[in-house]
Amino acid sequence: MRELSSAACIVGVDESDEIGVLPGKSQLSLHLEAVTNAVRDAGLPLRDVDGIFTAGQHSPALLGEALGITPRYVDGTSVGGCSFIIMVEHAVAALHHGLCDVAVISHGESGRSGVGVTRARDTALSGQYEIPYGFGAAPTWFSLITTRHMHEYGTTLEQWAQVAVSTRAWACLNPKAMHRKPITVADVLNSRPVVWPFNLLNICLVTDGGGAVVLTRPDRARDCAKKPVWVRGTGEATEHVSLTQMKTLTFSEATRLSGQRAFAMAGVTARDFDHIMLYDAFTSGPPLMLEALGLAKPGEGVHFFEEGRSTPGGALPINTNGGGLSYTHTGMYGIFPIIEAVRQQRGEAGARQVPNAKLSLVNGMGGMLSAAGTLVLSGER
Amino acid sequence: MDPERPLPQPITPEAKPYWDGLKEGALMLPRCTACGSTFFYPRILCPRCGARDIGWIKASGRGTLYSFAIAHQSINRAMKVPPPYVLAMVELAEGPRMLTNLVNVTPDPKALRCDMPVRVVFSKLTDDVTIPLWEPAS
Repeated sequence: MRELSSAACIVGVDESDEIGVLPGKSQLSLHLEAVTNAVRDAGLPLRDVDGIFTAGQHSPALLGEALGITPRYVDGTSVGGCSFIIMVEHAVAALHHGLCDVAVISHGESGRSGVGVTRARDTALSGQYEIPYGFGAAPTWFSLITTRHMHEYGTTLEQWAQVAVSTRAWACLNPKAMHRKPITVADVLNSRPVVWPFNLLNICLVTDGGGAVVLTRPDRARDCAKKPVWVRGTGEATEHVSLTQMKTLTFSEATRLSGQRAFAMAGVTARDFDHIMLYDAFTSGPPLMLEALGLAKPGEGVHFFEEGRSTPGGALPINTNGGGLSYTHTGMYGIFPIIEAVRQQRGEAGARQVPNAKLSLVNGMGGMLSAAGTLVLSGER
Repeated sequence: MDPERPLPQPITPEAKPYWDGLKEGALMLPRCTACGSTFFYPRILCPRCGARDIGWIKASGRGTLYSFAIAHQSINRAMKVPPPYVLAMVELAEGPRMLTNLVNVTPDPKALRCDMPVRVVFSKLTDDVTIPLWEPAS
C-alpha cells in the first residue's frame, strides 16, 4: 500500500460554471462543464483524458461519449456521496499501473431542479421494510443515529447547532456559497422542525451543480498549469446499506477503517492535520466522523466545533468551503470537499485560506455512514 | 385497515414466510439452522456464518426502542399518516433490529427514551398485507 502513496497527484479541480439553483441546465451539462473546467485548470487538453470515473445516473461510458472521448479505463463505483472520494484511490491505482494516464473524476447532479433526471427507484429492501413507515429520505435515517448518540453520550441540540454556526462562518468567506449570512445557535434551534432532532438548519442544502478532479502521475504533473497536490494516502470501506445492519449506530466502522488505511498509507496520524474536510449532510455527521477517525473520543467530536476551534482563525479549520450545510449539496456531495482541499493546499482559497495549510484530511460518507472514503492530501510530496 | 401508508413492495420470494406470518398475526424471523443466529431482514444466507440453511422462528414480539425521531413532515410523499409521528428503530428481544413506527404514544421527545420496552402490534394495510408496528410496553 505504501507504494501508492504519492504515486499520483491532483492537477486540476473545478466546479461547473455555476452552482446553486440552475433550472436551465441538465445534469449532463453540469458534468460537462465541470470536466472541461477542471481539465482547463490542469492545463491539459481534453483529448488527453483516458480514464473516466463517475457515479450517479450517468455511467462513465455515457460521459465518455458525451465528451467525445474513448476511455481505456472506466469506473462507475456507486456507494453514495463518497464515491468520488473512493474513486481517487481507484484512480491512483490505475494511474500507477499505467492503465490510464490522465484520470477525470466527474460529478454532475441536478439535485434541486431535477433537469434531465430520471426518478430513482427504491430497492426491494427499503421498499419492503422502510418505506411503509415513512422512511425514504436521508433525514429520516440519520436522525436515528443522532438520537442514539444523544442518548449514549449526552450530546445536545445546542452542540449540533454549533456545527452549523461554524460552517456558516466559513461560507460567509466563500463567494460560491449559497448562504452567506452569519447564523447563531439560536437561529438553528428556532428554525423549522423537520425530523427531530433536526431542524432545517441542521440539514444540508439541496442544490444543482457539478465538480471534477483531474489526476495524473508525477511525470505528467510537471507539465501541468499548477502546483500538483499529492495524494499521500487513501482508504475506503463499506459496512452496511440498511441502517438496521450497522453494528453500532453511533460509530461508523466504515469511517474508521477508511481513515486507518489512509493514515497508514500516508504515514501520518490523526493528529497531524491542519485542515479538515468532512461530509456534512447533517450537523451531527462531522462530529461522529471525527470520533470514528480517531481525532476525538466517542462522544467528544462536538468539542471541535466549540470555542471557535473549527471556525475562521481557529486552531483546526473544518469545512472551509462552507460545507454541504451552507455552500452546496447537490445530493452526492463528495467531489466538493476534494476540490476545496486542493485549493487550500495550493494556497488559492482567497479570504478563507488556511495559513500554511500543509496537510488536508478529506473524509466522506456514502449513505448513512454506510460507506466511507478518506484522503490525505498535501502540497508537499 | 390503514390506507395511509405506502404498501411494501416489491415483496420478494425469500421474505414470503415473513409476510405470510404477519397476515396471521405472527412476527416471523429468519434463523440460521447452522449457527443459531436470528437475523433481519430475510435473506437466503446467514450474515453471521454464511450458511444457506435458513429456518424461521416466531418472535416474542418484545423489544426495546433502540432509537427514534419525530417526523414533523413526510419527506416521503407517499406517506399519508399525518405528522407528527415517531420514526423508530426497535431492537427485538431476539437480537436483530428493524425500522418501524412507534404508535399509541405522544410524538414528543419528552415522552420517549432510548431503550424503553416496546411490544409489537399488527396493522392490516390490505387483505393481503399486514405490517408490524410497535407501542410502549408498560
